[in-house]
Amino acid sequence: MLEAHGLTKCFGGLTAVRDVTTSFEKNRINAIIGPNGAGKTTFFNLVSGYHKPTSGRIVFDGQDVTGLRPDQVAKLGVARTFQSTNLFDQATVLDNLIVGHRLRTTSTFWDVVFNTRRLREDEHRCRAKAEEVLDFVGLSSVAHHLAADISQEERKRVAFALALATDPKIVLLDEPAGGVNPEETLGLAELIRKMIRKGLTVCLIEHKMDMIMSLADKIVVLDHGEMIAEGTPAEIRSNQRVIEAYLGADYAAA
Amino acid sequence: MTTKTWQKPLLAILLALAIVFPMVAANDYYIYVMSLAYIMAIAAVGLNLILGYTGQLNLAHAGFMAIGAYTVGILTVDYGVPYWAAFVLAGLLSAIIGFFAGLLSLRLKGHFFSIFTLCVGFMIYLIIEKWDGLTHGTVGIIDIPAPAGIGPIRFDNTWSQYYLVLFFLVLSLWLMSRIVHSLLGRAFVAIRNGEDLAETLGINLMRTKVLAFVLSTFYAGLAGALYAGFVRFIGPAMALESHTFDMIAFILVGGIGTLFGPLLGAILLTWLTQSLQFLQDYRMIVFGPLLILLVMYFPQGLIGYWRQRQVRRAAASEKDRRLQRSALSSRQEVQTNA
Repeated sequence: MLEAHGLTKCFGGLTAVRDVTTSFEKNRINAIIGPNGAGKTTFFNLVSGYHKPTSGRIVFDGQDVTGLRPDQVAKLGVARTFQSTNLFDQATVLDNLIVGHRLRTTSTFWDVVFNTRRLREDEHRCRAKAEEVLDFVGLSSVAHHLAADISQEERKRVAFALALATDPKIVLLDEPAGGVNPEETLGLAELIRKMIRKGLTVCLIEHKMDMIMSLADKIVVLDHGEMIAEGTPAEIRSNQRVIEAYLGADYAAA
Repeated sequence: MTTKTWQKPLLAILLALAIVFPMVAANDYYIYVMSLAYIMAIAAVGLNLILGYTGQLNLAHAGFMAIGAYTVGILTVDYGVPYWAAFVLAGLLSAIIGFFAGLLSLRLKGHFFSIFTLCVGFMIYLIIEKWDGLTHGTVGIIDIPAPAGIGPIRFDNTWSQYYLVLFFLVLSLWLMSRIVHSLLGRAFVAIRNGEDLAETLGINLMRTKVLAFVLSTFYAGLAGALYAGFVRFIGPAMALESHTFDMIAFILVGGIGTLFGPLLGAILLTWLTQSLQFLQDYRMIVFGPLLILLVMYFPQGLIGYWRQRQVRRAAASEKDRRLQRSALSSRQEVQTNA
């Protein structure tokens, strides 16, 4: 589904991602783990088009997407969330989501001036999509609340919903459970499973090991920009290099 | 939901008040001041699109208003072009120059963009001031003709000009309302909330920002063209950044990123300035603290504050209804169980 071939990114003298070759399978939960500064978010930035790789290629769904702009990558079906999501606090949650489906519409400025049927249909479609994804993430009850008034966990769910509104094939989640309590983390993990059941592919960065080990089908471990291991949770848990670099003795397979 | 039902009557009342205003105004001078406030409001509505909705602080806005005003001044006075032809050209020229200025300056982000546009504005000022042959330099352009009559309607007195300006104000607000309530407007707001997130949602940043910039300079150009025909004297100083800051003040007071905020701010501040005229420059002693208090207690501006309360109230009443409903159904359950 998504493949990286020899992906490298240098910022001046610093190599943030070095020669990473891996692939993420369709309809699976893929996880990227590693210590802070390992290059996880940089990897996401490369895949979603924010950074141009210094060398290497990215292939999505059989198509070379290396060097495309973020909005072009998004149109092809790559959605992502950020560690923190800036919502428009003065508007309702639903209002915040309507723009998410804009990329699947075609109306232009002149449609706006003349209030054409195409524009009205597009707006209707975007609103319906927003309601649909809000229902999917279980937030229909706060649809008409100000974005400023919802909880941290609800903000995370809204970020998921915004990504889903773009009709993606793969969703990249950057620390989806950062800053929420253990109970809410379970809820978010269940939501991620629900996305898989719907046919989506997920790739996530996370530090909560309990969540990753029970959730992921495949784990990629980065350290200092290099991939030091990839495999199933069981394989990763027993990998000596991973234990030394990141997991520590607690997670070593007994 | 309830806000929508009485929004239309409220707008009708406001429009009626605006139409009646000249008839009840004590003298022509008041009508003149109100017309000027409307013209500044049109320019501020344009600035609000790029600043309030798209989140890009363009400090060259007064410069683009001056381009509009000078287009009308030069074409009508020096080349005998009819006012309305010059009026249309003024909007177009501002937008065209805005397109190229936007293409260049929007490559920069945040504060760098603002600083760059500050320079663009000052360059416009310098060109107007130094290019004597074209712009009459520091002397300015005098005796600009009033807008030519259309059919039987003539625009040769303060009353008729007031209604002309009001007409364009309503037109500007109507178009802006279309824009900001559409998917396009939502794309602008998405950029303001976070450029990275907007791009992730498939919004072409550069194209969308340039469009907002061009539209806002078009508004500035038309406001400048109206100003030239209304005041009938223009000088290079109107391009200075201090006028942009006036418009920013209108937007902050009325409500940044709200449709009517710039208009409310323009009217309030214009009349406040008028009524404090006797203090001369000391009026800033009143202005400054007022602005600070406003930013502290109403950071969203007056209309922004009001709108926020409306939404909160609607959400709360919806929640109440839901709670009542669930309480009712659980009581029924208890009864059936018993």
